[in-house]
Amino acid sequence: MTAYFASLSAADLLGRLPAGVAQGLIWGIMALGVYITFRILDIADLSVDGTFSTGAAVTVMLIISGVNPWLALLAAFAAGCAAGMVTGLLNTKLGIPAILAGILTQYALYSVNLVIMGMKANQAVSVDKYALIVSGRNVPMAILVGGLLAAAVIAVLYFLFGTELGEALRATGCNPQMSKAQGININVMKVFGLALSNGLVAYAGGLAAQYSGFADVNSGRGAIVIGLAAVIIGEVIGEALLGKYLNFAGRLTFVVIGGILYYLVYTLVLWLKIDSNLMKLFTAIIVAIFLAVPYLRGQKKSSFGRAGKQSARKEAK
Amino acid sequence: MLELKNISKTFNPGTINEKRALCGVDLTLKEGDFVTVIGGNGAGKSTLLNAIAGVWPVDTGSILIDGINVTGLPDYKRARWIGRVFQDPMTGTAATMQIEENLALARRRGQKRTLRWGVTQAEREEYRERLKILNLGLEDRLTAKVGLLSGGQRQALTLLMASMMKPKLLLLDEHTAALDPKTAEKVLAATERIVNENHLTTLMITHNMKDAIAHGNRLIMMYEGQIIYDVSGEEKKKLRVPELLEKFEQVSGEELADDKLILS
Repeated sequence: MTAYFASLSAADLLGRLPAGVAQGLIWGIMALGVYITFRILDIADLSVDGTFSTGAAVTVMLIISGVNPWLALLAAFAAGCAAGMVTGLLNTKLGIPAILAGILTQYALYSVNLVIMGMKANQAVSVDKYALIVSGRNVPMAILVGGLLAAAVIAVLYFLFGTELGEALRATGCNPQMSKAQGININVMKVFGLALSNGLVAYAGGLAAQYSGFADVNSGRGAIVIGLAAVIIGEVIGEALLGKYLNFAGRLTFVVIGGILYYLVYTLVLWLKIDSNLMKLFTAIIVAIFLAVPYLRGQKKSSFGRAGKQSARKEAK
Repeated sequence: MLELKNISKTFNPGTINEKRALCGVDLTLKEGDFVTVIGGNGAGKSTLLNAIAGVWPVDTGSILIDGINVTGLPDYKRARWIGRVFQDPMTGTAATMQIEENLALARRRGQKRTLRWGVTQAEREEYRERLKILNLGLEDRLTAKVGLLSGGQRQALTLLMASMMKPKLLLLDEHTAALDPKTAEKVLAATERIVNENHLTTLMITHNMKDAIAHGNRLIMMYEGQIIYDVSGEEKKKLRVPELLEKFEQVSGEELADDKLILS
């Protein structure tokens, strides 16, 4: 035990934190995509596990073939949008429940992503050979660029959801029946929202691939859970700090902060020399706890167990 | 303004739950008509309104609004001509959005939704003026989330949203039934005023026979998916509740066994 603690060094942890922030920013952008479906459209969209890898695959393959990294990211965004549209059309045009539609898209994308990567599970893109936008080799630069990109995405989303189109999208997620009565085609809105969400996720996938220097067909596995974790952690902290002053821009910002916090915890777990394969278990537990909190709070106020206890007390008197 | 020709709808056809909800309904409304609709549970009142709104396609018949055949159009496309208020106060508004955002959604009914601002400064003034009519103090709470409002406030807001763009047709589906009597009275008074001021052609379902007689210029009674009684003008003005009950028994051949209808 003593040997274990002796092997941990605070300096080492401090040294690792910046990389955690950089990765957190990139996954925070991904979480913004998840926020659009999970919170605004009220759909748990599982396609993102596939589209994150798609974004990575498209970006890396295009950069290798000589395309400008920024253009490659744009292409990744477009590819993500297309995949999101597939999920949306499966749901709205073919009547497949949203969760299943997402699972089907994600499953199919595994093959699609392999095809994009020339049937290899892994494709490297070295920062030595290409002028990448972000790289794990230059963490301060990655934090700066990642931070600016996240801010840009937040700004665009903030303005988008203030427009007529954005309001129609929010109404669709909040009250479909009312939306239809106000002349909104909710099917078009769902497809649009899923496309936008997956576009952002793929965009983040492209950034993550550049940061790590490779695209991996499995890189998106569990992206939905990490995205949910970021959204929920961000919301809880945002509401605790700002309360009712938490406006929409604030919410989006705290989603990214949630992503950063998630990666800082991840960094801490690695520093504690816990097997990183156990991280999925921890993440699932964290997300389950945070999702359960609102329900359990309600139960505390009003439940059959409580009603029974107070009744038993009264009767005993 | 509204023309229904031989409208029929059967739910779950060919199954044990088969229900013939509308059986060849014909109905013509003139511009400015305010028609109240009464009938027992399962008579087809809501089904009639849903058929007009385009919630699902009808089996037979045609629906014309202001001469335009809308039979083949889904609800969101018919929305440009139709304003709707539902029975459940939660249904007509978006709870997580602000009062002004809800109004802005209604203001753009029937228009293309673009990347222009969702709510403009000029609109806010207009909304404030319109909300004053309701006399609920909502004009000072434009940016409050609708989820914070009471059922009556939400229903009044829905009414404002439904009538704002002067629809060709206003459909009220028992919009006061879920409210307490006092609030129901207020919302009904607001309805009367808005309908009269804007000369809206209106169909209003109600469970309350007195309300059905007191409001509007025409009254129709439904039974088993058909219109069995249709009265308007002077004759309607003279109508009293006992007469109406008697009429029902006469036409349907059975006693009106709906407590809610009789007691209210």
